[in-house]
Order: sequence, then C-alpha cells, then structure tokens
Amino acid sequence: MFEIFGIPSQALFGQLLLGLINGSFYALLSLGLAVIFGMLNIINFAHGAQYMMGAFAAYLLLQHAGIGYWAALVIAPIVVGGTGVLVERLFLKHLRKLDPLYGLLLTFGLAIVIEGVFRNSYGSSGLPYQVPESLQGGRNLGFMFLPNYRAWVIVLSLAVCLATWFAIERTRLGSYLRAATENPVLVRAFGINVPRMVTLTYGFGVGLAALAGVMAAPIYNVSPQMGSDLIIVVFAVVVIGGMGSIMGAILTGFTLGIVEGLTKVFFPEASNTVIFVIMAIVLLLRPAGFFGRTA
Amino acid sequence: MTEHVLEPLVPARRRETARSLGVAFAVTVALLIVAPFAIYPIFLMKALCFALFACAFNLLIGYVGLVSFGHAMFFGWASYLTAHAAKVWGLPPELAILIGTATAAVLGLVAGGLAIRRQGIYFAMITLALAQMMFFFALQAKFTGGEDGIQGVPRGRLFGIFDLNGEMTMYLFILLVVLAGLLLIYRIINSPFGEVLKAIRENEQRAISLGYNVERYKLVAFVLSATLAGLAGSLKALVFQLASLTDVHWTMSGDVILMTLLGGLGTVFGPVAGAFLVVAMQSYLAPFGQWVLVIQGAVFVVCVLAFRRGIVGELAHALRVQL
Repeated sequence: MFEIFGIPSQALFGQLLLGLINGSFYALLSLGLAVIFGMLNIINFAHGAQYMMGAFAAYLLLQHAGIGYWAALVIAPIVVGGTGVLVERLFLKHLRKLDPLYGLLLTFGLAIVIEGVFRNSYGSSGLPYQVPESLQGGRNLGFMFLPNYRAWVIVLSLAVCLATWFAIERTRLGSYLRAATENPVLVRAFGINVPRMVTLTYGFGVGLAALAGVMAAPIYNVSPQMGSDLIIVVFAVVVIGGMGSIMGAILTGFTLGIVEGLTKVFFPEASNTVIFVIMAIVLLLRPAGFFGRTA
Repeated sequence: MTEHVLEPLVPARRRETARSLGVAFAVTVALLIVAPFAIYPIFLMKALCFALFACAFNLLIGYVGLVSFGHAMFFGWASYLTAHAAKVWGLPPELAILIGTATAAVLGLVAGGLAIRRQGIYFAMITLALAQMMFFFALQAKFTGGEDGIQGVPRGRLFGIFDLNGEMTMYLFILLVVLAGLLLIYRIINSPFGEVLKAIRENEQRAISLGYNVERYKLVAFVLSATLAGLAGSLKALVFQLASLTDVHWTMSGDVILMTLLGGLGTVFGPVAGAFLVVAMQSYLAPFGQWVLVIQGAVFVVCVLAFRRGIVGELAHALRVQL
C-alpha cells in the first residue's frame, strides 16, 4: 500500500477501475447510438431501456430456463435485437421522411412504455445476478485488488468496440453501410437492399445495448430504471464526442468514464455532474464536439 | 423535403383567424370561470399551471422548431426558489413568484446560450443533459430538502390584501396570471419578432441569408419560454404549497412534451387542451399506479405515428380555421 496525492492507492485505482467499467458501458452505448444515428438519422431514446432489457433477459433466462451467463451473452442481444428489428419495422419505418425529432419523440415514448412494463412486473428494487463461476474471485496486483469479472468486462467491451469499428470501417459490408449513410438512393440503385440494411442496423445497435446490459447485470443490480439515468449521461458523452466517428465514440466513452472515476476520488460531490459540466465546457470551446462534423 | 416539426396549418385569412381564435378564447374563459363550481379547484389550478407550462414550451417547439427535453429545470427550480422565498425568507407571494420566475430566466439564459450552439437532435440532448445536471444540484443542495422537498409553503397575502388561503381567491389569482401569460405568448407569436421565429423554423439558412441574427432570436425565444415555464412552476409551488424533486426530474420534461404534442404543436389552444387532458388522465388513472406511465408512453407513440397535428390541430384542420 502506498499513497498518491494523499489518497491510498487502493482507493485511487479502485475508482479508476470503476471509471473504466462505466467507461466501457458509455463506449458500448454511445457506439450503438452512433451506428443507429448514422443509418437512420434518429437518436434512439429507447437505448437505455433496451440496455435494461438485455440485463433482464439474462436474469430471466437464468431464473426460468436455467440458462447461465455465457449463453445469455449470446442469446440476450439476439432476442432484444430482434425486438429492435420489430420496432424498426412497425414504427420507425413510417417516420423516415419526417423531421428526425419525431424519431426521438417516438423512442422516448417507447422507453417510457418499456420501463413502465418492467417496473409493473418486477418492482423498482434491484434484482441480484451472480457473477459466473469461472470469473469469480480476483487477483492482487500489488497496488490494488482486481476482480476477475471487472477485468473481463473491460476486455470484452474493448474487443466488441474494436470489432464493430473494424466491421464498419474496414469490411465490404461496412463500406455498403457507410455508402448508404452518405447517399441511400444511389446505393439502392446499385441493387443493395437499403431498407433491410437500415432495419438490421437498428437491430444491431439495439443488440449492442442489450450486450452491455448483460455485462452490467452482475455489476449493478438488474432494475427497470437502470437504463434511463444512464442514457442521459450517454447523451452527454455523445454531445462531447460528436457522432461523426466510431472511434471517436469509443475513445470519448472510455475517457469520460475515467474522468468520472477520478472525480469520485478527489471531489466526490461532483461525480454525478462532472460529465455534464464537461459537456457545457466543450460546447463553449468546441461546439461541434471532439470528433463531430458540424451537425 | 423533410416535414417540419410543425406542419403549416391551412392558411386562413387574418380576419377569420382572429374570429375563430376570439370565439375559442371567450369559450375557454367562460368555462374556466364556471368550472370551480363543478370541479375540484385544486385540480383546475394544477391544470392551469401546466397549461401555461405547455404553452411556454410550445413557444419553442411550435414556433421556432426547437425541441427542449429539459424544461423541467426551469419549472422545478422556479418552484424551489418561490417556495424558499415564501417559506424561509417570508416574502409575500408576488415577490416570491417574481424571484422564482427570475431564476428561471437566468437559468434559461445560461442553458439556452449553451444549447443553441448545436441544432436539432443535439439541441434536445444538450437540454436534457443540462436539466439532469440541475436535477443532481437540486438533489444535493441543502435548501431544497432533498427527497422531502420544501413542504408547507405559505400562500400568504397577495399585495398584503388578498388572502390566498381562500380557495376561490387563489383560483382567481391563478386564472388571471395564467391568462395574462397566455395572452403574452399569443402577442409574442403574432409580433414581427414571432414572424422571424417562424421564418427560422421554416428555413433557418434563408433567415440567416436575409440578415437575421438567428442565434440571437433563438436565444431570446428560449429565455422567454424558460421564464414563462418558471412562472408556471412558481404558481404551482404556491398552489400545492410544495416544491419537490418531481418538478425537476426528466419525466416532468416528458410530461410537458406530451401535453403539447397531444394538444397540437404550434397551435394556440392545443397545449392548454393537452395540459387539461394529461392532468385529468394522471388523476383519474392514479389508482392504476405505474400503469399511468405506460399509458402515457403509449399515447406518445400513437401521437407521433398517427396524430402529429394533435387534437386541436386536427380539429382546426377539419374546420379549416386556426385555433
């Protein structure tokens, strides 16, 4: 044990780790928002609710079908992503020619409905979800204790983020996607089914949110309101980073998580608000955000 | 061409417009004067406060095309300051309301100044994030009383003469202030200033190229909207003798959006009708507990999908008048 700036290393690195964990979720969620925004030109307000659905899917799979964490990590994003596909087909499709703000309003309504339904069924108090057996325990790094599950969350979310970045920026499918973002009419003329691509993109973004939800389930309790508070912070993250770049969303997410963690150590009263304050400062100094094209 | 948040209504000739609005206004006022004899006054006062809140919000969404997801901060913080001024500082109601409203104006200047630096969807996200920050400030500040809020706010004597503890006196006071607020909003949207706002809504680039300082206009509209939302919040604090976290929570911003959307974006009477409907829905469905939220969310979805003109907007469209 040693001290840095009068703070025990254990506390400092513990909060840093927590910040990195939060940052992983910010990155995953803002990445999903950016992908959806790129294709559909709407902000998915239901993103937080879909993240919560992912966590609940993992919980329900375990409770009712005895299906554990590892399978849930695959099944939950597919199921929740499937509901996303339905939402796109049933609702969002009809808003495509309208002002994008209608998409925001619609998904806001959906978020309220989803959260309300889960609250009616499972109450507001959090439900516990066990860390999978193979990731229980942790190791002592000398300067801090690192729980295995938390290390896994950081590694997995980094891997998923980078894989998404690779898929969009470096593969053929990704190039179709980017082309359709730029000019959907032209891409359609080349014989690519753009509406289906839009639907699947939304489903994919929702699936990412659900994956984050499954990963979050063992760390935070599973509760109906776990998404709505988080999504507002993620919006601030998105404003700070700008949605022009995938890598930008990832970097901003992780960085802000760390900044928030450090604030918890040095100035705990401000830890709830620091990201919003940073947003205000960024708006003053660099209105387009760090990686944004002017919107 | 994308459809704007507000579809321009059927162009009606000015005289007809004035007549249909005049008739609607007279009917509304007559109903509101008779209403407290038939309906619980507290309910009416609540609905009136929200009507003013929704009309203030409509000034932005309906006439400038700016969607704020953070209007709860103006409503809630004005409510806190009025409650604090009346209870702790012992100020008379008129001064307490003034302090609350002024707080909202200052807050509007700061939040608006930040938010108008970005457009469209970003504007909505920024206002939401700033409102969430103000929510946390309210949660942590000492004077707001945390989870308990500020309770038992005295209504006091208006100008030292009228005792607002009388339910009818209070009702008339609220009615007069809200009507004055609504008339002010009507005056704003029909002034040359209001015409410029509509021009910005229809085509911001063109308004800029015509030499209007668009940012300045947006900021003034934002501050006006915030101030009037604050007035509504101040009144609400006196009506319920309570200021609480509910008033600054993002769900309150959602409520006011729903009221405006349900009644009709960019209509004069829509937000009033929407406010009465939503407040009625919340009190009559209260026994169903959490399901109220689900129903509200569903109404949101239906409005956006099938009903974008809102109730009053549809009515005006069917009658080919402006309401």
